Amino acid sequence: MSNFSLSRWLGIVIKEFTQLRRDRLTFGMIVGIPLLQLILFGFAINSDPKHLPTAVVMHDTGPFSRAWVAAMENSDYFRIVGTAASDADATALLARGEVQFVVSFPRDFNRDLVRGLRPQLLVEADATDPTVAGGAISVLNQLGQRVFTPDLPGAQRPPGAAPGRVDLRVHRRYNPESKTAYNIVPGLLGVILTMTMVLMTGLAMTRERERGTFENLLSTPATAFEVMTGKIVPYIVIGLIQVTLVLLAARGIFHVPMRGSVLLLYALVLLFICANLAIGITFSSIARNQLQAMQLTFFFFLPSILLSGFMFPFRGMPEWAQAVGNLLPLTHFLIMVRGVMLKGLGLDMLWSQVGAITAFILAVLAVGIKTFRRTMD
Amino acid sequence: MAKDTPLAIDVRGLNKHFGARHVVRDLALQVREGEIFGFLGPNGSGKTTSIRMICGLLTPDSGAGSCLGLDVMRESREIKRQVGYMTQRFSLWEDLTIAENLDFVARMFGMPDRREAVTRALADLGLEGRRNQLAGTLSGGWKQRLALAACLLHNPRLLLLDEPTAGVDPKARRDFWEEIHRLSAAGITVLVSTHYMDEAERCHRLAYLAYGQMLASGTGDEIIAGQRLSTWAIEGGDAPGLSEALRALDGVEQVASFGTRLHASGQDAARLTASLNAFCAERHLQSEPVAPSLEDAFIHLMRTSTDPDA
Ligand SMILES: Nc1ncnc2c1ncn2[C@@H]1O[C@H](COP(=O)(O)OP(=O)(O)OP(=O)(O)O)[C@@H](O)[C@H]1O
Ligand SMILES: [Mg+2]
Repeated sequence: MSNFSLSRWLGIVIKEFTQLRRDRLTFGMIVGIPLLQLILFGFAINSDPKHLPTAVVMHDTGPFSRAWVAAMENSDYFRIVGTAASDADATALLARGEVQFVVSFPRDFNRDLVRGLRPQLLVEADATDPTVAGGAISVLNQLGQRVFTPDLPGAQRPPGAAPGRVDLRVHRRYNPESKTAYNIVPGLLGVILTMTMVLMTGLAMTRERERGTFENLLSTPATAFEVMTGKIVPYIVIGLIQVTLVLLAARGIFHVPMRGSVLLLYALVLLFICANLAIGITFSSIARNQLQAMQLTFFFFLPSILLSGFMFPFRGMPEWAQAVGNLLPLTHFLIMVRGVMLKGLGLDMLWSQVGAITAFILAVLAVGIKTFRRTMD
Repeated sequence: MAKDTPLAIDVRGLNKHFGARHVVRDLALQVREGEIFGFLGPNGSGKTTSIRMICGLLTPDSGAGSCLGLDVMRESREIKRQVGYMTQRFSLWEDLTIAENLDFVARMFGMPDRREAVTRALADLGLEGRRNQLAGTLSGGWKQRLALAACLLHNPRLLLLDEPTAGVDPKARRDFWEEIHRLSAAGITVLVSTHYMDEAERCHRLAYLAYGQMLASGTGDEIIAGQRLSTWAIEGGDAPGLSEALRALDGVEQVASFGTRLHASGQDAARLTASLNAFCAERHLQSEPVAPSLEDAFIHLMRTSTDPDA
């Protein structure tokens, strides 16, 4: 950008802030949308997902352990994705969100079972989204009643409906009290940013075109780069204000914990804001007027909210929907925010999400810069 | 204006299509430095499109030329620095105040003494008292004045004014043109599009566009002479049905009213004279041959132009 002029760029930023200050409606939206959505989504949305990825840790590979694993798979609720060598490996899988459950068979599980010693079976569940974990855990309880009964030698077979022969210990990780607000409120952060960032940048540029002021802007020596970046700075500030509002509400009203680093969270938020601004700018160069920009925003917003795992548990969706969801930045942002806030994850566990969002930004910007009209053609 | 004055605008063969529509055809335009050049033509004839191509807001499909010595195809950024462009539609920011608008424009052009320039422009406009009024709340005439002040702010060498006086009252229009002539005298070149005949007459040279083609250019007198019209003025033009009766006469190609007089014009002077003499004698009307006016010439141009696509 050899032609970049800081004072010109500042001029655009100042103008944008001044216009924003006079635009009561937009200003209302900035505060109103987060509050409205907090109220609307403050309650749970139920669903019953199946085939949840599960890892097993086999400290004892005897026939009863294998029967248990088979029974879990037959139940439809679990999909065994692998065997972890150690408990630590399994916990890492859980933290990264690659599995929803870890089932751990202790040493001497088979022997203790035959001796009627009620061996422990340890189940760790990612309860970030409590509705996901809830259904599956009740299924596990039923399994404990039935699995082993026919296989045990006659003498040990319990008469009638005996209590489970296994001591099922379920650890609900990350959200032990199963509060839906824990899940919803961090998710709202992403939804609100998607909505307002895309919409407002989309409108900012088409507004100039619709009112005819774009012609004036183009007749000055300001470059496309200065105009584009100068116009989005105020929206980055707005995004950060919204995030702070939601985080304060999360803490003050819903008592959502903040287990990870706040600084890391804001850094991830910035990355996510960039993704949304890139989409907004691209929309504004495609759309001919504000109405079209609005329509494009909703075209993007709907799949984001429905397929990202915000509205419905990601793992409960059909495969094609998960594939679409994986393209959306919100999907990855939700994993990151829940990871940082509820699981206390660090950046080292989140690289794949950061990578996915970065790839999204680059792809969208390539389209945006190609379609940006430097002239009135 | 001497013929050897350097050219501020010199373009040849400019073409522009919008989709399948050929909106500007082979435009060749030479405007001398310090000249006031008028751009005339009916709605949709391509005036705005031509002006936008000259200042780099639209990329011509083909053509070549220079503006202020800079290449119109490649150096539009440098051209923009030295050109003041006043758009046909008010294009300043209605939700910014008068002072904020001027300040923004001054920033865009990187003016070193921004504050003084804005204060001076406000004083020239006589708007110091209303500097904090939103531009959107100004009346139409004041918006035009503000727009002119904004495009003069960076001391451009060339002014491109697209219908700057549409909807402005006669006194403001007169003041506006006095300002244009002052600027021209100071060496600034002005290209101005207009639909008003009195404004056309105030220009040094003119061009007439129709269907994207330039049909005539030159001084007012040259354009009038180029149409080779003979014109008669007939008194009593307000009589009902008179202009229809005149138009039906042999040799009369067009009739235009000027107050209570009618101008009947045609290219065949002998036939026109013969039929008018007979007609006026019969109806006891006064008539006399007059020099065709610029308006007669433009009506002739408009009437005889045809859409090359039709
Ligand atoms: N951006 C555009 N896209 C498509 N067509 C356009 C565009 N701009 C102008 N046109 C068409 O090009 C033709 C010339 O328009 P232009 O605005 O140059 O005319 P004009 O001489 O300035 O008319 P007026 O006196 O009404 O201002 C018109 O038919 C118009 O519809
Ligand atoms: Mg026009």
